[in-house]
Amino acid sequence: MKEKTMAQVISQQEIAPRIYDLWLKTSLAAQARPGQFIGVYPKNAGTLLPRPISICEINAEKTALRIVYRIAGQGTAEFSALKPGDQAAVLGILGNGFPLEAGKGKRCFLMGGGIGVPPILQLAKELEGDKSVILGYRDSSLFLKEDFEQYARVYVATEDGSRGTKGNVMDAIAENALEADVIYACGPLPMLRAIKQYAAHCGIKAYISLEEHMACGVGACLGCVVKTKEVDPHSHVHNARICTDGPVFDAEEVEI
Amino acid sequence: MNTQVNIAGVTLKNPVMTGSGTFGSGMEYGEFVDLNRLGAVVTKGVANVPWPGNPAPRVAEVYGGMLNAIGLQNPGIEVFMERDIPFLKQYDTRIIVNVCGKTVEDYLEVVEKLGDEPAVAMLEINVSCPNVKEGAIAFGQKADALYRITEEIKKKARQPIIMKLSPNVTDITEMARAAEAAGADALSLINTITGMKIDIHRRRFALANKTGGMSGPAIKPVAVRMVYQAAHAVQIPVIGMGGIATAEDAIEFILAGATAVSVGAMNFVDPYTTVKVVEGIEDYMRTYHVENITDLIGAVE
Repeated sequence: MKEKTMAQVISQQEIAPRIYDLWLKTSLAAQARPGQFIGVYPKNAGTLLPRPISICEINAEKTALRIVYRIAGQGTAEFSALKPGDQAAVLGILGNGFPLEAGKGKRCFLMGGGIGVPPILQLAKELEGDKSVILGYRDSSLFLKEDFEQYARVYVATEDGSRGTKGNVMDAIAENALEADVIYACGPLPMLRAIKQYAAHCGIKAYISLEEHMACGVGACLGCVVKTKEVDPHSHVHNARICTDGPVFDAEEVEI
Repeated sequence: MNTQVNIAGVTLKNPVMTGSGTFGSGMEYGEFVDLNRLGAVVTKGVANVPWPGNPAPRVAEVYGGMLNAIGLQNPGIEVFMERDIPFLKQYDTRIIVNVCGKTVEDYLEVVEKLGDEPAVAMLEINVSCPNVKEGAIAFGQKADALYRITEEIKKKARQPIIMKLSPNVTDITEMARAAEAAGADALSLINTITGMKIDIHRRRFALANKTGGMSGPAIKPVAVRMVYQAAHAVQIPVIGMGGIATAEDAIEFILAGATAVSVGAMNFVDPYTTVKVVEGIEDYMRTYHVENITDLIGAVE
């Protein structure tokens, strides 16, 4: 059952330039799964729509959610000023999440690029398989790397070569001669396109988490669509709703 | 206290409806609100065949509102009648189906199919969507074109028809009169106001469609003015909408002359808005000892 409710800020810190790590105490955590997201509302009446932000981590008691976001505009700039004890309206739980069964007992890549790194942390915690986490960053301002190291082997790529493999996550796979049976990924579109192509080439499944500007977050406005290979069973056209049919899609099924 | 209103012979338990395109067919919001509480559910526009809509990005936020250029994506009338209408029939609310098309024939095909479905109380004819290249607004920006399509649809329609008017016109009263003269049973307004947003960092349009329809609280004063003008230009009932966020907003539209109101973009902001508006209207009526909501229609002095 989705709801709009008030969450309370437990803690917040800037973990890399303009990247914020926010823990919220919220009843929404009880139903949360890796790869799902919540809508967070700014208080400023000029910025009305909920900001879709992926769940980074769910606490063991399922009473709190961790979101790690980048300041991208007025809404997220406002969130970055939230202090412990502050209230924030949230909408959730939204989206489908990563399919955990697909990778169970298999060799899995968990790939995150930039602000696509946080959504795969809870997946790394919950997935029961042989996990290689491959993280791509712009430069040496890494974030969440230590968090991932508790749950899996971690490989890093940086665009400027300052840490790990110079290049992107695909370069890190090549340099370390890694192989997988299943891929889970979240990141910028060029990265997801490369992963889709790589998975098709290797004949393996890739589950990719997409983003798009959205208004309602619940499947009503049809704002956040992605083109699909087949006619979508809900829309009856070649479009699926990222907010409700996704954000995680089988890479084969979407045209990106 | 009586919150009932009557539009073209159809009684609504209260004047609160949903703005087409902001509520799907109610399935998504049924998780948040009891659809039985609403005067009517107005569905997303439906055409004779499935429409894919526009490329993404389709939505962008603007100050106090948003732009959309969905492009009337819809599954087509066949799926709609098999899936969406049976869903809505489970609820004690009026079903109003929004109809769109590229040609007059497209509209007529949908109108005739819906004529066989007695659960559909009224049809709202979308001649005002600014985001599609053919049809829709092409019929809604010239009085003679609006007159002709209204007349054609009225000949075939078995339910009362509501013509949904665009605010992107020079004189809303001319459009309102044309629709009335052609036999429209009611009017609804305003549809979205055409707008544009540019991402200055990327030097690109925020929407793939370049332009989009603006909705949300920021457009309310424009909508109230147009509802007032239209309601005073015609005898048929007017359904008012545009930025309604609260019961106070809804009352404002009713005082301006609206018989009913629709909650649109605010569903996206607060999914409980519709029922909050229903309850808030009742509170207002108690506070001001209003026995019949109809006493408020056009009661601004």
